[in-house]
Amino acid sequence: MAQEEAEGNNGPTSPPSPPPPPLPPRRKPSMEGSIQVAPAQSKPTTAVSSIDISTLSFPDGSRGTFSTNTTRAVSSPVGSGYATPSRNGTAASDLADAMSVMSFAPTLRPPGDLASLVAGELNRKSRAWNFLRSQSETVQPFESIELGAPGNLAGFEREFDEIPDDTTDDARLAIWKSKMKHYMILSSAGKPIYSRHGDLSLVNSYMGVVQTIISFYEGAKNPLLGFTAGNARFVIAIEGPLYFVAISKLGESDAQLRSQLEALYMQILSTLTLPTLKNIFVHRPSTDLRKPLEGTESLLSSLADSFTKGSPSTLLGALECLRLRKSQRHSINNIFLKSRSEKLLYGLIVAGGKLVSVIRPRKHSLHPSDLQLIFNMLFESGGIKSGGGESWIPLCLPAFNNRGYLYMYVSFFDGKQELPPTAESAEPAEPAKEPPLPTEDINKVAATTGDSNRAEEEIAIILISPDKESFYDLKEMRDRLAAQLTKTGSLALIRTAARQARPKIQSITPGAEISHFLYKSRANVQFCMSSLEPAFSSPSASPSPSLSQGHKQLATAEKMVARRRLMSVYHELHASMHSKHSHLKVLHAVGEDAASLAWITPVFEFYCVAGPNVSRVAMTQGANRVVQWAKKEEERLFIIGGGVF
Amino acid sequence: MADTGNAVKPSSSVKLVLLGEAAVGKSSLVLRFVNNDFQENKEPTIGAAFLTQKCNLPTRTIKFEIWDTAGQERFASLAPMYYRNAQAALVVYDLTKPTSLIKAKHWVAELQRQASPGIVIALVGNKLDLTNDGIGNGADGDGAGSDDSGDARKISTEEAKTYAEEEGLLFFETSAKTGYNVTEVFTAIANAIPETSLKTTRGPGASHAAGRTEEQRVNLNGPRDPNAKEGCAC
Repeated sequence: MAQEEAEGNNGPTSPPSPPPPPLPPRRKPSMEGSIQVAPAQSKPTTAVSSIDISTLSFPDGSRGTFSTNTTRAVSSPVGSGYATPSRNGTAASDLADAMSVMSFAPTLRPPGDLASLVAGELNRKSRAWNFLRSQSETVQPFESIELGAPGNLAGFEREFDEIPDDTTDDARLAIWKSKMKHYMILSSAGKPIYSRHGDLSLVNSYMGVVQTIISFYEGAKNPLLGFTAGNARFVIAIEGPLYFVAISKLGESDAQLRSQLEALYMQILSTLTLPTLKNIFVHRPSTDLRKPLEGTESLLSSLADSFTKGSPSTLLGALECLRLRKSQRHSINNIFLKSRSEKLLYGLIVAGGKLVSVIRPRKHSLHPSDLQLIFNMLFESGGIKSGGGESWIPLCLPAFNNRGYLYMYVSFFDGKQELPPTAESAEPAEPAKEPPLPTEDINKVAATTGDSNRAEEEIAIILISPDKESFYDLKEMRDRLAAQLTKTGSLALIRTAARQARPKIQSITPGAEISHFLYKSRANVQFCMSSLEPAFSSPSASPSPSLSQGHKQLATAEKMVARRRLMSVYHELHASMHSKHSHLKVLHAVGEDAASLAWITPVFEFYCVAGPNVSRVAMTQGANRVVQWAKKEEERLFIIGGGVF
Repeated sequence: MADTGNAVKPSSSVKLVLLGEAAVGKSSLVLRFVNNDFQENKEPTIGAAFLTQKCNLPTRTIKFEIWDTAGQERFASLAPMYYRNAQAALVVYDLTKPTSLIKAKHWVAELQRQASPGIVIALVGNKLDLTNDGIGNGADGDGAGSDDSGDARKISTEEAKTYAEEEGLLFFETSAKTGYNVTEVFTAIANAIPETSLKTTRGPGASHAAGRTEEQRVNLNGPRDPNAKEGCAC
C-alpha cells in the first residue's frame, strides 16, 4: 500500500527545523506473532504503490512514451509491486495485462489519464493485506528473494566477469548479450571508441547498427534519445562528434542513464579537453579516438562499473565526507592552510574515498562531478595506487574549466611506511628498512576485519595547481603537511575515523525499523548514508575465519547483488521524486520485497528502505529521527565552507 | 637494496627519467628496482610517477630520483619537463614489438638534441622472459630472428646492440617479471655518471622553460566560467 502526500499533518512533510515532534508510538496489533506470515506468500496483487503510478505518469526525460513505462515496469529489478508479474512468469496479474495493452496504445495520451486509470484500478486498499502486513514487521528488505531465486538480478554476480577469449564466437556473443549493462562510445562517423564489454571485434557490427540508427534520426533533425528493445532500455546522448549509448536491464530511468553517460563524457574531456577533442574531429572526422584516449579505458570502465554496481554519490550528485568532530576538521583545515604553497589551486585530503578536508581559493569552488573523476581515478582504478610513489598528473576538470589542463599531485599515505613521525617524511619510502609498524591497533583491525577494510584506510593528499612546473613546490607542501598532520596527531585521527566506517542505523536511532538510508544535504552538495552492514551485505555475513576461497567469492557476489538491489530501490525512488512533472515531497512505496520512503525539502533529500511489512508510521518515525540526527551532526557529517584562502 | 654505511660515503642525487612507448614495461622496471615487486596486467601510468631509490656503489651512494613517465602519445609534450636537467635516462623498448624500438630511437634522438649534454642514456629491451634465451641465460645475441616454439622475440640483440654502440648508449636486455638484469641497469648508470656532474641539482622548478609552446592553461584570474555547474559549497 502506498500513500502519497503533497502536504500531510503527520510524517516528514513538515519543514525540518524545528524538527517535528516524534509521533506517538504505533499501536501494536494484539494478535502479534500469532500468525507467522511467510513473506513469500504475502504478495497480493494489490501491493502496488504510487511509485509505479507516478513513474507511469511522468516518465522523466523519456518524452512520455508508453514503451518506456512498460520496460521500466517489466525490467524493474525489485522493490515495488510491479516487478511481481515478470518474476512469477505465469502469474499474469491485472497490472501486467493493463500495461501490455497500454503499451500498444497508438496515441500519446496525456499522462494524467494514465495515472487516474491505473490509480483507480489498483491503488485500492485491501483490508486483508493490511492485516497480513501488520503481522510480520520484522521481515528484512529483500529477505523473501534471498530465500529463492535472485529475481531480475539473476546473473548479476557475473556482470563484471570478462568475456573469455577461448570459446566460440557464438558463446562469447551469448555472454556478451547476457550482460545487464552496456556502455558504448563511438564517433559520429561510426568508429568505435569504447565498449564496456567485449572486444571491438565482437561489438563492431553492433556499433555500426547503433551508428546507423542514431544518424538516421539525427539527419531528420529529430535526435533519438532512447528506445526499448525487449527488456533493455537504450539511452543515447550525443556530445559533439561523439555518440554515447547506455543499455540497461537494471530499470534505471532515462535521466539517470543520461547522467551516467554525461560522466563518461566528462572522463573523456578530462583526458583531452574540449578544444582538443573538437580539433581532432574538425580536421579528420574519421579519426580513431582510441589512440588519443589510450590508457584511459580502465578509467572509463571503473566509472561504468561503479554505476552498474550502484553509486549513491552519482545518484545524488553529491560527495561523501569523513565524519569528524568539528574541532578536529577545523584544526586539519588550519594545518592545511598553513602549509599551503603559492602555486596551489585546490587541496584535498581524502580517506577511503571520503573527503576529509578541502582548501580552495575564495572565488573557485569544487564541483562534485570533477571530484567524482578524481576519486574514480585514485580509488576505483588501480593505475595510480599500484605505481607507488608520488604522481604528477595532467588532467582537465571539465566542470571547473573544460578548456585546459590542471596538474594534480597525488601521494598516498602508505600506512605502513608513513606512520613514524620522523623528519624522514621527506624521504620517500624505502622498502624493507623501515621499522615495524608501531601501532598495534592497526594490525588488530586488519586481523579482525580482513582486507576489505584496507581501502577504507587509504589516505591520499591531492594538490592541484594550474602550473605544470609546480611539482616540487607541491611536493614540499605535502611534506610539510604530512609532518604537521603526523605531529599534531591529526593523521591518527583521520585514520581512526576512516576505520570506523559508516554509522550503523541502530546506533543512530536504536530500535528504528528502517534498514538503510541516504541523506543528502542539498546546500552542501554532500551526502551521508548508514552502513551497508548487516542488512545489505551478504546474508551469510558472519564469516568464520575458516571460510574457503569459494565461499568467500560467493559471499562477495551476494554482497554485490544485495547492494545492487538496494541501489535499484533508491534509483526508483529518486527517479520518481525527480521526474519532470512530479512535485512530490514525500513518497512512500511498498513492494513485495521492501518498503521505501523518500522525503525532499529545500534543505535535504532523504531516502530510506525498510522491510516490506514495516508500516508507514514506523518508517516516518525512523525518518524523522535520522533527519534530526543529521541536523544535529551536520557539522561532523559535512564539510561546511572548508578552508578558504 | 642493501643499505649499509651510507653515512660515511658521499651521497648524491641523480635525476633519472624513463621514456618509451606505452606498455613496454617502464613502470614494471621501476617497481622491480624500487620494491622488488612485479604486477601482471599493471594498469597504465597516468601522467608520471615520481619515486626514489638508493643505489650503493663502492665509493659513494647514488640516490635516484626517478621519473616514470606515461608512454601514451598524448603525454609526449610533457616529456621535456621530465628530462630537462636529468642526468640519466632509461629508454625502454619491448623486444617483442618492433615499433617500440623505432619509438625508442626517436626518444634517444630527442634526448640527444634537447636534454643536458652530459646525460647518460641506457637503452633497455624489456620482456626478456618472453623469449627463449630469457631467464638467466644472459643476452648472448643468439636469439636473432629465431621464431620457433613460443619465442616472441622480434628484435635481435645484435640489432639493438649495434644501434646502442653507434649512439654511445648503455645497453641491456631485461625482464622486469623475473628481475633479470634490472638492478644491473641502474648500477651501470650510477657508475657511468661522471663524478663531476654529481651535485644536488633540482629539476623543473629551477630551470627556465624549454623551447616548447606553453600548454593551454587555466587562467585563474579570468572571469568565472558562466557555464560552471552547481558547485560544492565546501
